[in-house]
Amino acid sequence: MTSAAVDATLTTSPRAADRGAAQLRADADRYLVDGNVNAARGALNALWAREAGGSTAAFLVSRYERLRPVLQLPTQRVAILRSFTVEPLVPFVRAGAFAGGLDLSVYTSDFNAYVQEILDPGSRLHAFEPDVAILAVQTRDIAPELWRDSADIDQKQTAAVVTRVTTELRGWIASFRARSQASLVVHNLEEPVAPSGGVLDAQAGEGQSEAIRRINRDLQAAAAEHAGVYVLDYNALVARHGRARWHDERKRLTVGLPIAAENLGHLAGEWLRYLHPLAGRVAKAVAVDLDNTLWGGVVGEDGRAGIKLGMEYPGAAYLELQRVLLDLHRRGVLLAICSKNNPEDAMDVLENHPHMLLRPAHFAAMRINWNDKVRNLREIARELNIGLDALAFLDDNPVERQHVRGQLPEVHVLELPADAMRFARVVRESAMFERLRLTAEDERRGAIYQEQRERDHLLQAVASPEEFYRSLQQEVDIAPLTASTLSRCAQLINKTNQFNLTTRRYSEQQLRDLAGSPACDCFSIRVRDRFGDNGLVGVAIAGCQDGVCDIDTFLLSCRVIGRTVETAFLSFLVEHARRRGAHRIQGWFIPTGKNAPASAFYASHGFTEQLREEDRSLWRLDLAGSVLPRCPEWVTIRIIEGQNV
Amino acid sequence: MTEPAFERVRNIAADVLNTPPQQITSQSSPETIAEWDSVQHLNLILALEEEFGIQFEPEEIEQMGSIEGILAVLDGRAEQARPA
Repeated sequence: MTSAAVDATLTTSPRAADRGAAQLRADADRYLVDGNVNAARGALNALWAREAGGSTAAFLVSRYERLRPVLQLPTQRVAILRSFTVEPLVPFVRAGAFAGGLDLSVYTSDFNAYVQEILDPGSRLHAFEPDVAILAVQTRDIAPELWRDSADIDQKQTAAVVTRVTTELRGWIASFRARSQASLVVHNLEEPVAPSGGVLDAQAGEGQSEAIRRINRDLQAAAAEHAGVYVLDYNALVARHGRARWHDERKRLTVGLPIAAENLGHLAGEWLRYLHPLAGRVAKAVAVDLDNTLWGGVVGEDGRAGIKLGMEYPGAAYLELQRVLLDLHRRGVLLAICSKNNPEDAMDVLENHPHMLLRPAHFAAMRINWNDKVRNLREIARELNIGLDALAFLDDNPVERQHVRGQLPEVHVLELPADAMRFARVVRESAMFERLRLTAEDERRGAIYQEQRERDHLLQAVASPEEFYRSLQQEVDIAPLTASTLSRCAQLINKTNQFNLTTRRYSEQQLRDLAGSPACDCFSIRVRDRFGDNGLVGVAIAGCQDGVCDIDTFLLSCRVIGRTVETAFLSFLVEHARRRGAHRIQGWFIPTGKNAPASAFYASHGFTEQLREEDRSLWRLDLAGSVLPRCPEWVTIRIIEGQNV
Repeated sequence: MTEPAFERVRNIAADVLNTPPQQITSQSSPETIAEWDSVQHLNLILALEEEFGIQFEPEEIEQMGSIEGILAVLDGRAEQARPA
């Protein structure tokens, strides 16, 4: 038989039928040679959206390796502690991360040496200094009795195994926490494909599956006891993709790889749902198209009554997508509209269609016009005060998606399939909308942006900035870091780009350690005004030593900058330094390409430049004999005393 | 229409081994391609399984130490899959 016959008999993969992928590879290489970085990145991301398989992963990684020095993507160091072969997963997770704008360095522990590596402070794991460690152990390795031999053990022995495994897992987590500040993601245990008790397993109170579920419940409780420890629901992941199809027994026996080739991308994708939020590389907003995305049909042609949206097929597909977007809204992801339409037609549907779940109030920005979508997306990002890399784009039209990928490679373009019934799932599975903690601010974010629009109206109505500030009636609370504000402060530290003087990122655990050290003071600021509560919007970290107060971190959410809150916060910090006996306060400004709004901050508050190292500058203010920044008269400041956590 | 099997295998090998497709011939093996080490060999096998939607037997993998060997195993699979 000839090789040509192979093609006729073996299943035809999408790749073989798809000339577009070959074209995208050629495009990427051509743009790389030409030095057209944006276009190369656009082609690579389009290729990954089209076929996220093993060979494409290798292609993406090798091409992104060449783009790394130019792109300067945010980096993350990931250590994988494992009881099985994970090497083939590395290109998958790196390629997916690159496509999402994140540059991963991956370390894999020695086979089954994770316990020693966790315990030994001099191990290669700790020398690697990971940002995130993933503990990927399998049921068969740490609870073999529950994986295959459970027919041989009685209830008492089962209970003993559960106790042993939960104690071990708790011990590893505590040991890791004591030796590393990295975030820790722990796989939970998968249930066996076919429990040895057969259907009886579901009847008995102490079956094999139930024993594993008990271990998993305890793991969840153990993780919650530590900052920065998260459970990855491996059991649910396996079930989602089919327990019976997950494994490859031959590869496990020959090369130690228990997972079938077709599922490697699924596990890597699940890791990314943790890595992206941990790196702060997530979408803060999603801009959605309307026709054939939020509803079926074209409102300009079909009219409000003619579009497909409702409980029946195919309108239910669009309703389901709206439901997912509503979930994102509740999670604090801002929604925006980017649609080529007549505004009156679109608004009529948004306001009056009986089955619309999303109404005008859910959208923080709208661009409904006939302009280029690239221009509209730029405007949306500007209006929402977020970077283009914090914006996702959802559009059924492949031409629009390709256009945006080519022109704005930072924007995260979701790849929608032709079948609308699958739209919701694509959004639900995207790592870009994941959050590992929800703060009170996340849940109120939509409302907060609405209040912002009211403030903007006021600003346009008043005669002078002072009159505007005064009419806002701003009140700020400044407080030391507490257990209840730790998550939100860590979130701000990891995602604030614009008004951020040093852009130093700290994990929750690092922040807790900083706050706990006597050499350091951490403060948070909360802002309220007549339109509402902006929530906790700023963090400052300062250390006083030998009469000098050094500002390590000073940042404010973009939603309150330009309203003199920054001056109020700085005046507090200066007063704090004075009370700590300092005679000088100083701080670095470290430019990042995104924090231009903070570049003149020290100079405009009486600080003088003391030192310049490359593009960084150190600014100082002597507390004696200088005009010190004062809290503006229109800001009421309330200081909450207390100790850092 | 699909690409001939050699083209499909060559393109996958080019991706995984980070080698230009023109440099890959049916005679290519770990001896002729520097990047073809044991880790990349496993990645290549997995990428082929994904591409062709099959799982290879350990005995087949042993024969897949060159492009020629890979094509022979794929031919064998196609033979089995062909209706009698």
